[in-house]
Amino acid sequence: MSTNTYAYYPGCTLHSTAKEYDVSARAVCKQMGIELQELDGWTCCGASSAHTTNEMLAIALPARDLRSAEAKGLPLAVACAMCFNRLKITAHALADKEKLDRTNKVIGSNLANTTEVVHLLQILYDRRKSITVTKPLKGLKVASYYGCLLVRPQEITQFDDPENPQMMDKLMVTLGAQPLEWDFKTACCGASLPLTRKDIVVKLSYRILSQAKQLGADCVAVACPMCQMNLDAFQNEMEQQYGKKIGLPILYFTQIAGLAMGLSPKALDLNKHIVDPTPMLGKMGLG
Amino acid sequence: MGTGAAVTPSPVSDLRTFVEKQSGQHIFDCYQCGKCSAGCPIDYAMDLGPRQIMRYIQMGLKKEVMQSTTVWLCVSCETCSSRCPAKIDIAKVMESLRILATVEGSVPAEKRVDVFHKEFLKAVERYGRAHEVSLGAAYAIKTRDFSGVSMARLMFSKGKLVIMPPSVSGASEVRKIFSAARSTPRASVPVAKAEDKR
Repeated sequence: MSTNTYAYYPGCTLHSTAKEYDVSARAVCKQMGIELQELDGWTCCGASSAHTTNEMLAIALPARDLRSAEAKGLPLAVACAMCFNRLKITAHALADKEKLDRTNKVIGSNLANTTEVVHLLQILYDRRKSITVTKPLKGLKVASYYGCLLVRPQEITQFDDPENPQMMDKLMVTLGAQPLEWDFKTACCGASLPLTRKDIVVKLSYRILSQAKQLGADCVAVACPMCQMNLDAFQNEMEQQYGKKIGLPILYFTQIAGLAMGLSPKALDLNKHIVDPTPMLGKMGLG
Repeated sequence: MGTGAAVTPSPVSDLRTFVEKQSGQHIFDCYQCGKCSAGCPIDYAMDLGPRQIMRYIQMGLKKEVMQSTTVWLCVSCETCSSRCPAKIDIAKVMESLRILATVEGSVPAEKRVDVFHKEFLKAVERYGRAHEVSLGAAYAIKTRDFSGVSMARLMFSKGKLVIMPPSVSGASEVRKIFSAARSTPRASVPVAKAEDKR
């Protein structure tokens, strides 16, 4: 954490279904004096589709972006948990010289594989002591949900404990909020299946949200656009299927941090969610 | 412990060899404890659980494995891999089975999942980045599944769907990467036995 300047890889969803993650990440980093320099012409990491089809493609797509970051000579800050996972897996795989050579042929480059890949949550967590909290989120019960891709495979992502991670919880404490002790921090939400097997997404996501709700959560904090969508967009279906009211706002950890730092809900794009966080904000006197 | 080769019926070890080379995982390290199936969030929806898939690969039952829904319903959440006492990356094994299906052009038991991944990549190949609208439209037409339309409408009303495909300076380079990756022969990965990982 020597630097305050990062190359920034938002990832595809941050320009579409997860716009509010991009907006809030930039706003919070700016407030904290962290400079994010978006990579010019960054391209898709291949997400869950490339590694299902062609192993070289799954490595070469992120390698192209690692090369852009390497050219800038800066550590690479990544927002999306999926992109983070693929970039980490790629950097790990390319430690093998032979694979690096083969990949360089495919991407037509001479990547040295020296870039450090860091997730935004790690960046905020490392600096949490220096966050100026102007509106402590007293009494806000937050279920910190990490999902799969940040914490697994642990040897590669090297990101907290895969069964009971703490980073987001500790960040929430810094922000004055009350993190929930619960069981589903790293349980899968159904990942890339919402279009193809919505039934699975609804079932798995309900399992997660029903415990958060039962334990009195006011909202769920996430760090992954895929998790955010699954947990947020299908609550209607869950309520119909299981006959129970949920109504839990699913917020990016950057949005929660921004609120505590005194940024307005508008500046954090808090109107983009399917489950409206306005009642929660009202309760906190932040509306 | 025996090698297990003696109990392997035909269609022989073809499948196991492919999986081991592709995934780098030593299949006979699995002693069937079942921790993978116990923790798998999607086990309930699969016709063969992850533990069964491991056993079937040991036994060389290629047809049964390749026709299972398991291969396609696994979303690589890696819960199995992180908990396996034999340190087998089971998610990586599942991934190698999907790659095998692509290599052989076999008919997937969950066709929609296969279509989803292929259409996702088509948009990336064309535009350099994912594009939900192109993906969603192509998926709906190919599968005749229009159930995503109401969700698309909802996302659009929140300003979360971009109609126009992205225009990215790196797109032409990405197209070259796709074609180069397709023509690169698959490398076999050294297979690490459990004892080497300890």
